[in-house]
Amino acid sequence: MSDQTPVLECKGLSISYYTRAGEIPAVVDFDLTVYPGETIGLVGESGCGKSTVAMAIMQHLGTNGGITGGEILFKGRDMTKMSDDELRKLRGSEIAMIYQEPFASLNPSMRCGEQLMEVPLFHEDITEKEARERARQILIDVKLPDPDRVMNAYPHQLSGGQQQRVVIAMGLLSNPSLLLLDEPTTALDVTVEAGIVKLIADISEKFNTAQIYISHNLGLILETCDRVFVMYSGEVVEEGTIDSLFTWPRHPYTHGLFGCIPLPTADKNAAPLRPIKGQLPLPHERPSGCYFHPRCNHAVAGRCDQQHVPMAHVTGSAEDHRVRCVRWQEIDHTAEAPGGEAKPAIEPGEKVLEVDRMKKYYEVHDRSLKAILSGQTTKYVKANESLNFTAHRGETVAIVGESGCGKSTFAKVLMGLETGTDGAIKVGDVDLSELGVRDRSAEQISALQMVFQNPFDTLNPSHSVGSQIARVIRRFTDENDEDKIRERVFELLDIVKLPRDFYYRRPRQLSGGQKQRVGIARAFAGNPAMVIADEPVSALDVSVAAAVTELLTDIQRENKTTLLFISHDLSVVRYLSDSIVVMYLGWIMERGTTDQIFNPPYNPYTEALLSAVPIADPEVEKREIVLEGNLPSVMNPPKGCPFSTRCPRRIGEICDNEPPPEQEAAPGHVITCHIPLEELREVEPVIHVPSPEERQSTSGAPRPSPDPAAAS
Amino acid sequence: MLILTLRRLASMLLIMLVVSFLLFALFETDKLDVAGKVLGPYSSEEQREIWLEKNGYNEPFLKRYVVWVGNALRGDFGQSIQLKVPVSEVLGQRLANTGILALCLFLLMIPISLTMGIFAGMKEGSFRDRAISVTSVVTTSIPEFASATLLSAIFVFSLGWLPGTSSMSGGFDWKQLVLPVAVLLLYDLGYVARMTRASMAEVMTSQYIRTAILKGIPYRRVILKHALRNALIAPFTVIMLQLNWLLSGVIVVEVFFAYKGFGSLLYDAAVFGDIYVIEACTLVAVFVAVFSQFISDIGYTMLNPRIRF
Repeated sequence: MSDQTPVLECKGLSISYYTRAGEIPAVVDFDLTVYPGETIGLVGESGCGKSTVAMAIMQHLGTNGGITGGEILFKGRDMTKMSDDELRKLRGSEIAMIYQEPFASLNPSMRCGEQLMEVPLFHEDITEKEARERARQILIDVKLPDPDRVMNAYPHQLSGGQQQRVVIAMGLLSNPSLLLLDEPTTALDVTVEAGIVKLIADISEKFNTAQIYISHNLGLILETCDRVFVMYSGEVVEEGTIDSLFTWPRHPYTHGLFGCIPLPTADKNAAPLRPIKGQLPLPHERPSGCYFHPRCNHAVAGRCDQQHVPMAHVTGSAEDHRVRCVRWQEIDHTAEAPGGEAKPAIEPGEKVLEVDRMKKYYEVHDRSLKAILSGQTTKYVKANESLNFTAHRGETVAIVGESGCGKSTFAKVLMGLETGTDGAIKVGDVDLSELGVRDRSAEQISALQMVFQNPFDTLNPSHSVGSQIARVIRRFTDENDEDKIRERVFELLDIVKLPRDFYYRRPRQLSGGQKQRVGIARAFAGNPAMVIADEPVSALDVSVAAAVTELLTDIQRENKTTLLFISHDLSVVRYLSDSIVVMYLGWIMERGTTDQIFNPPYNPYTEALLSAVPIADPEVEKREIVLEGNLPSVMNPPKGCPFSTRCPRRIGEICDNEPPPEQEAAPGHVITCHIPLEELREVEPVIHVPSPEERQSTSGAPRPSPDPAAAS
Repeated sequence: MLILTLRRLASMLLIMLVVSFLLFALFETDKLDVAGKVLGPYSSEEQREIWLEKNGYNEPFLKRYVVWVGNALRGDFGQSIQLKVPVSEVLGQRLANTGILALCLFLLMIPISLTMGIFAGMKEGSFRDRAISVTSVVTTSIPEFASATLLSAIFVFSLGWLPGTSSMSGGFDWKQLVLPVAVLLLYDLGYVARMTRASMAEVMTSQYIRTAILKGIPYRRVILKHALRNALIAPFTVIMLQLNWLLSGVIVVEVFFAYKGFGSLLYDAAVFGDIYVIEACTLVAVFVAVFSQFISDIGYTMLNPRIRF
């Protein structure tokens, strides 16, 4: 491969932003070589400079950013010295970019077709008619089912997956030699993500396109890339091939990242996640020496905090495996236990929640002329269709599903923000499904508390942290003594591991992880019997998410609280929960214990969902199931089984026309499907996790020696 | 779209009805007062009673209102007390005069302010942006009576280029139109330019503009094709609101320059207590306000494809 000329070379690239506080170096001394057809992954948490690198390659840093050193060579030509016109000719034709948020990246007031046609029209000598034909063809190539409709549609008329396909089509239209992908699937559902990832891989293979893939998701990087660069605070701390880096991560930060993600080997009791201590330093407050040393468990005073650490080749590993750590030869990561310290499991107690055939329909009034003429002005959105499940004291029950599956609607009914249409939700002996939150007693409200998805918007910006938590205590407990309330708030801050002087701070002075801790403290302030956590960590970075996840389980363990965990991320769900409810378009497709869900027999939807979740472990084998098509609209769901339009195991007419029956595969394990249980039992497991003996990385198989004597 | 239009029209009618009722109740509940206004302060109680009887004022209040609305719909607003001619006659002429003023203002203001706003917003924080923004703030912060005095001092008294009054007594004269339009323009220009600038600046930082630039299409096209349409959605509504502002805004200018328009008519009527003229003028003003809202609602949905019915 190295005899080819590289598509892109970054040599000693340094990028700074100029703000009121002065020059802030965002990226320091960045080296990268990309060969044709190669896929490079850039991983790191937010603020590490990975998007800045992409924007520098595009030469689009905005008015306050600039390249302060080094060069970017595109096919041998230095891009930093190009004129605007030369750059314009490269952009979109030779180098294209695919963005994180497809909806924001498309012009809302132009039809998709016109936006696509612009690319060939301004880069090639081509007529409008030919451009239209090209645009239409590329839409077929990215597997959009109805290219003519998409051509004439405005972006808001398409679903998220379709929009991202249009953005991808736009990037590929001129057949670029380098494609930059900035978190291309983060905004999408997992099953849609799987389809997009496969599409990008197929197309770039077909055209031999080099790719730079930016993501915070290590699992996705593993599935898509050849080589990977791990960035921390503006510099690369480790680089290598996927195999070498994922199997033998050498840098304590890389290793730390793997400890933060719920891999199939993690277990909330036996091998819990190990969050990285501390926080990412701000760019102008970087420590001397290794930037990571204040957070590193292996840091040695006098060695790690002195000089800036250069990249060193990892002897014994792959040729281009390099690491920026002075102690890499001394640290033996394999000696560490795979997880953190084991914690006691909690025994589930009595039944706390019983959901019995709960239904929630929304009435939607269609005021268009067509609807009025045909007399169909009222439609029903069936957000929840006959939900049945139970939760016990101290148990964690997860509700999993993609957007629009009705999981948040259920949470709303449970919390009393909506009332149920039919059926019952029993907390203790009381049916709460028809009691709105205003009709509930303080006791009933305090028994159910919620941790919200977005910590940035859920705290009142004009009240101090302390007063927001104190209010909950005042409202839900008999305590009236202000001193005691304050004491209780301090205790809660201790529990969520925040310093006590946060009592006086305002939410804007807090980071995302700290805000979510306050959110947790607030939820637990009234000693609730059950806490509903709606995607509590999905807005947070991996290392922060791990810390918050651990905090949540610790408090739950302490208080024997029932946790209802709502998520789309099956790996977190597998890690956290005791039992799982899988939902799709308002239906429960499957429910059972975590083991039952993750092993056959599966509902075909669960099977696809399991396959779609990227796992950052190169030795885990996964069967590939890519779902075609999009989620049907909730306004117009399929008549029979909701999954029938996308199901790879559809057996015939019956799936389209009749609602599927509930089949009990084992006590407590219910599968909603037409396929007979015997057949479902014969399905192979989707995920194969190798036993410790089978693993290369922990057994005596060939691996780089941690012994300095052997290495030199 | 059709449903939206019909619904907007219906709510427009309702607003007009409510306002007209309030107006009528305010001015004509006290019958004797009306008669006093019409017959003058020295008329006797008896004369007023006779006048009331003769003009149907002794009918029930609601019936009088219905008759009044019916007449207003036919364009009959009664007789002006001050000018002794039918209100409709004066009103039509005065509205036409103000219309000329407004037309000239809009023909100049819209292109200039939009261009200024777009150039300023294209590159936020650039020298051009600062220059345009400061100019707009300065012109908008000078009240109309101040700028009218200032402009008159320069162009009428010092340079003697333009006439100081715009009463058009010797027939229509373009020269007399310049100062009133200039005063209004100066004030309004900066306001609309600043709105456009804010909208344009926001659009320029959006991700789809980044997409367009990184697609490698020429900068001109990025601005004209991608930014402009999205950036004009907000100023459009603002411009429609200017129509509304104009009706009251012209009073100062028209009175200052003795321009015979809607504003000076309303002013005179208010000073004299010419209730029929006030009623008519108020109805017209409310109609313009509601109708411009209606146009801006419809236009907004046409400009913004995300809101379609």
